[in-house]
Amino acid sequence: MATILLVAEQAHGHLKKATLNALTAAQQLAQKNGGQIQAVVVGGAGEELAQFVQNVHFVQNAEFEHALAETHAAAVAEAAKKLQATDVVIAATAYGKDIAPRVAAKLGAGIASDILAVVSANQFKRAMWAGNAIATVEVTTPVKVITVRTTEFAVAQKAASAGQVQPLQVAAPAAKTRFVEFSEVKSARPELTEASVVVSGGRGTKGDFKPIEQLADVLGAAVGASRAVVDAGWQPNDLQVGQTGKVVAPKLYIAAGISGAIQHLAGMKGSKTIVAINKDPEAPIFQVADYGLVADLFKALPELSEEVKKLK
Amino acid sequence: MKILVTVKRVEDYESKIKVKPDNSWIVTEGVNYRANPFDEIAVEEALRVRDANMPSEVIAVSIGSATAQSEIRSALAMGADRGILVKQDGFVDSDAVARLLAKIVEKEKPDLVLMGKQAVDVDDNVTGQLLAEYLGWGQATFASKKESLESAEEKAKKPGLMLAADKKSMKVVREVDGGVETLDLQLPAIVTVDLRLNIPRYASLPNIMKAKKKPIEELAPAGLGVDVTPKVKVVKVEAPPARAAGIKVPDVATLVQKLHDEAKVV
Repeated sequence: MATILLVAEQAHGHLKKATLNALTAAQQLAQKNGGQIQAVVVGGAGEELAQFVQNVHFVQNAEFEHALAETHAAAVAEAAKKLQATDVVIAATAYGKDIAPRVAAKLGAGIASDILAVVSANQFKRAMWAGNAIATVEVTTPVKVITVRTTEFAVAQKAASAGQVQPLQVAAPAAKTRFVEFSEVKSARPELTEASVVVSGGRGTKGDFKPIEQLADVLGAAVGASRAVVDAGWQPNDLQVGQTGKVVAPKLYIAAGISGAIQHLAGMKGSKTIVAINKDPEAPIFQVADYGLVADLFKALPELSEEVKKLK
Repeated sequence: MKILVTVKRVEDYESKIKVKPDNSWIVTEGVNYRANPFDEIAVEEALRVRDANMPSEVIAVSIGSATAQSEIRSALAMGADRGILVKQDGFVDSDAVARLLAKIVEKEKPDLVLMGKQAVDVDDNVTGQLLAEYLGWGQATFASKKESLESAEEKAKKPGLMLAADKKSMKVVREVDGGVETLDLQLPAIVTVDLRLNIPRYASLPNIMKAKKKPIEELAPAGLGVDVTPKVKVVKVEAPPARAAGIKVPDVATLVQKLHDEAKVV
């Protein structure tokens, strides 16, 4: 029988929401292969995870404190072997992308990365060429590793009753990598990949993000940015939306002063409603926008903030 | 130091990508090819690390058809010292690529392997990590630096990867969710690079001429003892769902009214 191992991600002992999107993908896979879902988390958050999954295993000791790919992949692969997992499912976050291939290599498994859909027990859809093509890939190995594009799967619901949490003893390998430091980008706004509204700025802002941030705060939105903005050092890398940055699919995406390079579109095309505000009527962003406004963002955004405030 | 850097031949992102009518792959006729942009950043970084730590050598490796010679030549024209081409026509999955690279690493024994974090054709983002595990090495994915691409450090072409004085380890800044992390890697190690590590140089005409004389060794997967049967097969390629055409609105008031009454999102 198939056993699907969901690999959870936690930060400071709290479960990351991306795990719950990955759980939905795991549930869809379980429907195709008749498997049972178990979960493993390296670090805390086991209790939180047990609200969603019946069998939760946690690996906790000081050697796993930092999320080093070498040690965390070793722990997950060890868990997968002990539980005789046939499928390992993990969200395609920076953490998931870092460790999942190493888990696959340890298990001799093929890896389907950043999947958009579960087609069958061994076939998955994924984007290629910056989303210009959608491939169906087949993993031919007995054990499979799957990373999940979180925006394509809803957040899983809590289970009727809480599951069991049990410790899993795993020896940490001697890592050849040492954690030095983490500089956190702190923001009071919602996280980009989790927000239901995103306001993004591009080169047209000339680095002045005040109108973007002001509108974002009126809408309770996250702030995003195009590659040009991040490359110029105007905004932190964490805010980049696109093929190589974050993929977002909010209810409402407002692109201001963004021309709409294919690499940017790859990161936001899945949004429900897209608004484009740009001075250049020929900007490619208008081709994917539900509502386009040819205007100077420095005039239009403050006006938009005022109009939205009036509605509230 | 010996640095191995990978260069994949990919469809130019400026080219229009169309799916074949039989859904087997994309149309390749009329498409321009070039080196994967992330790999160019890896080559640039390899050259900077080499030049700051002479004597050192940079070897550019590609896996692909005979035409991938031209992407190796581009790396040589940027300044890499020699090339290796593992000749294999058709689709090779990321796992086979990693196992082929592992064989080349065993042969060449580099101190550092630099790779793009992903190739912009299959957008897989797994090969560097797979290679690290097959070799039992440490890894730093998504390498970046704290200084911006418009900083004085970048203009001076300083390496973003910080090699220790004893050359036995290297500090790497990585872009992760929620911020930037710094790792200290014991060498040899794998580093996959992100967009903001550097701005790759253009090859000068004299260097393009010089590159023509640099050696490119050709190898075959069979000669390396690697079975390239894919673990992950591509069974179908389809065009993405198209978005319905939108409308232009004349002013902000109309926009807000549409968002409120029609889309019901504000």
